[in-house]
Amino acid sequence: MVATASGLDAVRAFEASWRILRKRKRWLTAAYGVVFAIALVASAWVGEFDLLKLAQGLPRIHEYVAKTLPVLTVANFWGDLSEWFYGLPRWLTLLWETILIAYIATLLGTLGALAMCFHASRNLARGKASFWVARRVFEIARTIPELVFALIFVFAFGIGPLAGILAIAIHSMGGSGKLFAEAVENIDMKPVDGLRATGANWVQTIRFAVLPQVLPNFTSFSLWRFEINVRSASIIGFVGAGGIGQEFYTAISRLYYEDISALIILMVATVILIDMACERIRHRLIGKEGFA
Amino acid sequence: MILRPSDMGASAIARARTLSPGSFGAPFLQRVQRWLLGGAFFILTAYCLVLFEMSPLRLWDGFGKLVQVVGQMFPPTAKGAALDYAYAMLQTVAMAFLGTVIAAVLAVPLGFACARNMVPRWIVRFVFRRSSDVLRGVDQLVWALIFVRAVGLGPLAGILAIIIADTGTLAKLYSEAIENIDRKAIEGVRASGADPVQTMRFGVLPQVLPIMLSNVLYIFESNTRSATILGIVGAGGIGFFLADRIRTMLWEEACFILLMILATVYVIDWMSQRLRARITGAESTPALH
Repeated sequence: MVATASGLDAVRAFEASWRILRKRKRWLTAAYGVVFAIALVASAWVGEFDLLKLAQGLPRIHEYVAKTLPVLTVANFWGDLSEWFYGLPRWLTLLWETILIAYIATLLGTLGALAMCFHASRNLARGKASFWVARRVFEIARTIPELVFALIFVFAFGIGPLAGILAIAIHSMGGSGKLFAEAVENIDMKPVDGLRATGANWVQTIRFAVLPQVLPNFTSFSLWRFEINVRSASIIGFVGAGGIGQEFYTAISRLYYEDISALIILMVATVILIDMACERIRHRLIGKEGFA
Repeated sequence: MILRPSDMGASAIARARTLSPGSFGAPFLQRVQRWLLGGAFFILTAYCLVLFEMSPLRLWDGFGKLVQVVGQMFPPTAKGAALDYAYAMLQTVAMAFLGTVIAAVLAVPLGFACARNMVPRWIVRFVFRRSSDVLRGVDQLVWALIFVRAVGLGPLAGILAIIIADTGTLAKLYSEAIENIDRKAIEGVRASGADPVQTMRFGVLPQVLPIMLSNVLYIFESNTRSATILGIVGAGGIGFFLADRIRTMLWEEACFILLMILATVYVIDWMSQRLRARITGAESTPALH
C-alpha cells in the first residue's frame, strides 16, 4: 500500500508541476500576443494604414487595372493583339538587354564573391583583419539595395546600363559572398589538412582541397542569383540605369495604359521562363554531381 | 594487377591508358563540349562588354568620381533632420511589418490550394500556382509604382505592394512546406476518429506551423531591406529622403541615412534570427523563391 501511496503522490506532484508549466506557457503566449498586437496597431498608425482610404482606393485600383487592359475583339483578334503589342520589336530588344545586364552583373558579382569568400569563412581566414573586412564588405553590399547603388552610380558613371550592371554586381556580390562563405565553412577539413601537410600554400590548398568540394554549391547559388538579378535588372531602369525598367517607368508616368499591361506580361513571361531554365540546369547539375 | 612505382615504365603506362582511358582525361566528346561551352560564355561576355561600353577608361573615370563622392560622404551628418529621418525609418519598418503580417495571413489559403497533397485536382492547383507565380514575378517596386497611381502617394501604396508581392512568395514557400509533411501523423490522427478539421489542427498544423513562421520571419527581414527603396517611387518610408538627398548631391546626409538603414537592418536581422532559432529549435535559412 505504501508503494501505491507514494506512486499517487508522484502522479500528483507531476500533475501539479505540469499545471504550473502550462500556466507559465499560457502567460508567455498571452504576453507575446499582447506585444504582437501592440506592434500591429503601432505599425498601422505609423504606416498610415487607413481602412477608409483603402476602401476608397480599392475601386480605383480596379479602375486602373481595367484601363490597362486592351480591348480584344473576336472579329479582329490578331489586329487588336498586334496593336496591343505594337512595340514588340523594341521591347524584345530591351528585354534581351535586361537579361544581358543580369548576366554580366551576376558574373562580376560571383567573381567578387569568389575572390573574397575564403577570407570571410571562419575556417580558412588568413587573419582577423582580412576576415573582419571581408565580412563587413559583404554585409554592407547586401544590405544596401541595388537601386540605391544604382542611384549613386548613375551620378558617377552617367545614365545607362553600366551604372545598373555595377549596382547589381555589388549587391549580388554581398548576397552570394555570404552564401559562399557559409558553404566553405561547412566543408570537410581533411583534404585541407592533407594538402597543407604536403607543403601547399594557401592558394594551392583552396584550389585543390576546397574548390572541388564547394564548386557545385557555388554554381547552384550563382544560377539562383541570376534569377534574382533578372528581376532586379528589370527595375533599375526606374532610376535611369538601363534595361526595360525605363520603358515601364515612362509608360506609367505618361499614362500609356495598354503598354503597362503588355510590358508586365512580357516581364513576367521572361522571369518565369528563366526560372524554369535555371531549375532545369540545376537539376542536371544535381544529377551529375550527386549533391543536394 | 598491382602496379608498383618500380615497374611503372612507359609500357605499363601505355597499358594502363588502354585499360582505363577515363583516368587519364575526359573523353574526347566531353572535352569538345566543355570547350564549346567555355567559348560560348567567352563570346557572350565579350559581346556584353562591347554592348554596354564597359571600357577601362570609362570605368576608371567613374571610379574616380565615386571615390570623390565617398570622400564627401564623411562625416555623415543629419543637418537637424535626424528626427524626420528616424520617423521615416520607423515608417519603413512599420510598412514591412504590416505588409508581412497581412501577406502571411492571405497566403495561407493560397498555399494550401497550391499544395499537391491538399488539392488532388491538377487543374485547380495549376491555376492557383500560376497566379501566385504572377504575383511573385512582378517586382515589389513595380506593384508600388502601380499602387501609387491608384491610391496616391504615401505608405499605403507601399504596404499594398508588399502584401501583393509577398502573398505570392509565401504561398509558394507554404505549399512546399505542406507538400513535405509526414503522412503518418495525419493517418494516426484520422485513425483515432478525428474529423477533417481536427485532422488539420492536430495532424497538419503542428508540422507546418514552425516552418511557416520561420518563412514569415525570413520574408520580414527581406522586406525591411526592400521597403527602404519603396520611397524612391513615392510609396512611403525612408527611400524618399534617401533618393532626394542623392539626387541633390547632399552626400553627408545620404550617408547618414545609409548608416541608419544598416543599423536598423542589423537590429531586425538579429531579433528575427533569435526568434527563428526559438521557433524551429535550430537556425535554418529557407531558400527564397
